[in-house]
Amino acid sequence: MTTPLFVGSSWDVETLQRIYDAVESIALEDLNLDVFPNQLQVVSSDQMLDAYASVGMPYMYKHWSFGKRFALDESEYRKGNKGLAYEVVINSDPCISYYMEENSAAMQALTVPHAAFGHNHFFKNNYLFKEWTDPSGILVYLQFASDYIAQCEEKHGLAAVERILDAAHALQSSGVFRAKRAAPFSQEERAKRAAERRKYEAERYNELWYRTVPQEPIVFDQEVENGNDKAAPHLPEENLLYFLEKYSPSLKAWEREILRIVRIIGQYFYPQRQTKMMNEGCATFVHYYITQVLWEKGQLTDGAYLETLHNHTNVILQIPWHHRFYGGINPYKLGFEMMMDIRRICEDPTGEDKEYLPLIAGCGDWRGVLKDAWANYRDDSFILQFLSPQLMRKLRLFAVSHQEGDDKLQVDSIHDERGFDEVRKSLADTYAVVNRDPDIEIVSADFRGNRLLKLRQQIKHGRTLHTKSALQTMTCLNVCWDYPIVMECVNPRGDIISSFKIADGTAQK
Amino acid sequence: MEKDIIIDGRRGTRQKNLGNRQRFVDRYKQQVKKAATENINRRTITDIAGGGDVSVPIGSTDEPSFQLDPATGKRVYVLPGNREYVAGDTIPIPDESGGGGGREGADQGDGMDEFRFILTRDEFMNIYFEEMELPNLVKTGLGKSNLEITHRAGFSKSGPMTNVDLRRTMRNSMGRRSALHRPSDGEMEEVLDGIEILTARERRSADEEHMLEVLRAELTRLKRARTIVPFIDEIDVRYRRFEKRPAPVTKAVMFCLMDVSASMSEAKKMLAKRFFLLLYMFLEWEYEEVTIVFIRHTTEAAEVDEKSFFTDQRTGGTVVSTALILARKIIEERYMSGGWNLYVAQASDGENFSGDTALCVQVLKERLLPFLQYFAYVEIPEVGPFSESGKSNSSLWESYTPIAQAHEFFKMKLIYGPGDIYPVLKDLFAKQS
Repeated sequence: MTTPLFVGSSWDVETLQRIYDAVESIALEDLNLDVFPNQLQVVSSDQMLDAYASVGMPYMYKHWSFGKRFALDESEYRKGNKGLAYEVVINSDPCISYYMEENSAAMQALTVPHAAFGHNHFFKNNYLFKEWTDPSGILVYLQFASDYIAQCEEKHGLAAVERILDAAHALQSSGVFRAKRAAPFSQEERAKRAAERRKYEAERYNELWYRTVPQEPIVFDQEVENGNDKAAPHLPEENLLYFLEKYSPSLKAWEREILRIVRIIGQYFYPQRQTKMMNEGCATFVHYYITQVLWEKGQLTDGAYLETLHNHTNVILQIPWHHRFYGGINPYKLGFEMMMDIRRICEDPTGEDKEYLPLIAGCGDWRGVLKDAWANYRDDSFILQFLSPQLMRKLRLFAVSHQEGDDKLQVDSIHDERGFDEVRKSLADTYAVVNRDPDIEIVSADFRGNRLLKLRQQIKHGRTLHTKSALQTMTCLNVCWDYPIVMECVNPRGDIISSFKIADGTAQK
Repeated sequence: MEKDIIIDGRRGTRQKNLGNRQRFVDRYKQQVKKAATENINRRTITDIAGGGDVSVPIGSTDEPSFQLDPATGKRVYVLPGNREYVAGDTIPIPDESGGGGGREGADQGDGMDEFRFILTRDEFMNIYFEEMELPNLVKTGLGKSNLEITHRAGFSKSGPMTNVDLRRTMRNSMGRRSALHRPSDGEMEEVLDGIEILTARERRSADEEHMLEVLRAELTRLKRARTIVPFIDEIDVRYRRFEKRPAPVTKAVMFCLMDVSASMSEAKKMLAKRFFLLLYMFLEWEYEEVTIVFIRHTTEAAEVDEKSFFTDQRTGGTVVSTALILARKIIEERYMSGGWNLYVAQASDGENFSGDTALCVQVLKERLLPFLQYFAYVEIPEVGPFSESGKSNSSLWESYTPIAQAHEFFKMKLIYGPGDIYPVLKDLFAKQS
C-alpha cells in the first residue's frame, strides 16, 4: 500500500511537486498523453482574477474592456455569485497554468491533471490548434504587442490609440480566416518583421512629409498595372481586419500594425471557440480518470478522493431545460459524457452501438480512439461522428425550433429511433461556429473612384443582424475606412433584404 | 525541451489589471459619477459616513460587433432533459430568459443591460470630489501639527555609530595626542633605524654598544608611552546631532453652522445634514490638517461634536445671529494667531427672528468676514407659487445678497432637493485653476 501524496488540505510547493509527479506518470504512461513542458504557477486569488480577466495571458496590452471584465468578475466574485475559475491555462509552449493558493490539496490533485495534462494535450494535438496557432511564439508576440501599443500611446496619445483599438475589437470576430490557411510566418517571425518595418519607417521618417502629405499605403494599383496581380486584393474577403489592414488608404502605419495585432490575437483564440466542448470534455475526462487511479493506488486518501468527486460533480452539472436556471448545455457535461461513452462503446458495446458506430464498437482501444478524436475533430464534427443514441437517451436530448414571430416552440425530433440522426445533426449545427457568427464579406472596393467599400451579409434561416450593434460596428468600420461604406444583407435568393451605410459620417440603416 | 517547473507566483506582479480598471473607470466617469450621486442620495447618513465600497450600476457599455439578432429568423435548439414531448408537439415559450426562447429583444450589446460594478471607497471619493478644493488656502503658520522636519543641530558627545563625525573626532584625537606627547611614528622610525644600523655592524665599539643600549631603552619607553596614550580615545569621538522641529503647515478650520429650528422641516434638516456630511467627507478626503467646528443653533447656539451634529433631534425657535456670534467667539479663543485659514459654511431655510437679521449682517461685516478666507451660505428655501429659481424671498437671503455682491469670497446658493446638494457643493468649492 503506497503512502498518500498528502494528508489534510494544506499544501506547499513540495506537495504540489509530488502531486505533479504522480499525475504525470499516469498521464504519460497510462494514457499516453503528449504534452508541452509545463509551467505551473501558484497564485493568490487576486492574481487569479487578473489572470482570468486577461484570459491567462501573462502579457496583454491595456484596454478598458479588460478592466470592465475584471471589474465585473471581481464584483461577482465578491458577491459570491461566481467562484473563481478552478484553473486558467493557456495554449503556449511551455504550457502555463495557474493554481490558486486557496485551493485545497485535493483540489490541486484535480486541477493539475485537468489543466496541465488534459488541456495541454488537447492544445498540442488538435489539428485546429496545430494549423492555426503558434504556441511557442505567442508569448513573445504578446510581449511585442503590448510594448508596441504602449509606445503608440506615448507617441500618439491615449485617445487616438483607444479609438483604433475599439474599432479593431468590434471587428475582431469578423477578422479571422475561417477557410483559408493563415499566413505561413510564425508569430516570432512576424514580430521580427514588424520590428524591421518600424526601423525602416524610423529611418525614412521625414517630419515635413508626414505633416503635410496624407499617408498613402503601398500603391498596389500600380503593381496591378505592372502585372503583379498578387498585390491586388483577393475578393470577396471574409477577414475584414485583414483587408482593412492591407488596403485601407486612410490608415496610418501604426494603426495598421494595431489592426494586425488584434487580428492575430483573434486568430489565435479562434480554435478555442470551435473546440470548447471537446477541450473541456478532454480535460474533465483526464482529471476524472487520473484521480480515480490515484485513489485506487492509495495515493489519494478517501477523503481527498471524495472531495475531488464532489467538485467534479459540480463541474458537470446539467440543469434541465425547463428549470428556471437553465443556461444551455454545459460543455463540460456533454464533453465528459461523450468521452466516457466512447470508452464504454470501445470496451462494452451494445448491439445498437455496433449498428451506429461500427468503426469503434468493441475495438477495445479506447485510449487510441480518444486520442484520435481529440486530434482530428472539432466540436461539430465530433458530435456528428461520435454521439451515440444511448447518450442521447441518457441526456434526453430533443430538438426544437422557433420561428420568428411565433409564440411557441416546435418540437422537431426527440431521442427515439426516428429522431436520432436529426437530433445529432441539429446539435452539431449549434456547435458550428460558422453558424453562430454572421456571414459577412467584403465584395468590392472602388479604389479609383469614390472609394466605396461594399460588404455583403449572407442571410441564413432568416436571421438578420442585430441593428443597434451593427450600426455601432459600421461606425467602427468607418474609423478604419474613412470613405463611404455600404453593407447589403441578402437572402439565399439574392434579394436585398436590408442594408446599412455610412452617410454624412453616421451609420444608417 | 524545457523541464517542467513549478513557480511560486505569489510574490510576483499583482494587480496587473489596475491599469485596465483605471481606464475603464475613466472612460465611464460621467456615468459612474451620475450613478454614484444617485447612490449617495439614496443612502442614509450613517451609511455614507460609514464608508465601505459602493456598488454602482451604469448603462450598457459599448462593445459592439456584427452579431446575429437572436430574435430573428428560424433557430434550432437542442435541449436536455425531455420529460414528455414527442416529435410534432408544441411548447409554449417559457417566461424566464434561458430556456428555449432566448432573450427576446434584450439589448444585446455585450449581453448585459445594466452593468454593476464595485467602486472602492477611494475611487468613489476621487471621482466625487475631483475638481474641488478649499479656496484661498494661503496662510501658513506653525501650530499643532504632526509634521516635523529634522534639522542638523551641531555636535554631541554621544549618539549612534552612523552619526559619527570623523573629522571632528580625528581633530580632537590629534589635539590630545600632541598635548600628551604621544610619540609619533616618525620618532619611532628614527630609533628603530638607529638600532637597525648598529645591530647590523658585526663589531661595535664601546661607544656604539652604549648607544645601542640607550636606543633600546628609548624604544621601550616610546612603546610604553604609545600604549598609555591611545591613538583614539572615547573622549575624542564626536557625533552629528539632529533636532526635530515642527514644519510650517497650512491649517484650516471649517465652521459648520446649521439651523435646526422648527421652521426647518425634517426634510430640510435632512438636506442640510447631507450637505454638511458631504462637505465633511470632502475635507477629510482632501486635507490632512482641517479642523471642523460644528455649531447648531435654534434660539441659542451651541458647539457640538460630530455625532450630535448629525444625529441630534433638537428643535426650537430661530435666532441666527447667535450662531455667528458663537463662531466669532470661538475664533477669538482658539484661532486668532498662528496663521489659521478660516472658513464658514452656513445652512438655513432663510427664516429668522424679526429684527435679528440686521444684527446678523452687522456681525458678519464687522466681526467675522474680516477674518475669513471664504463664507458659503446655503439656503433650503420655501418653494411657493411665487418663487423664482435662483432667488429666494427669505429675510436672510435678501440681506445677504448685497454682501455677496460686495465680496468675492462670500457665496450664496440654493438647494431645492437632494439632487442639488452635490452640484452646489461642487460649485462652492470648485478648483480655481
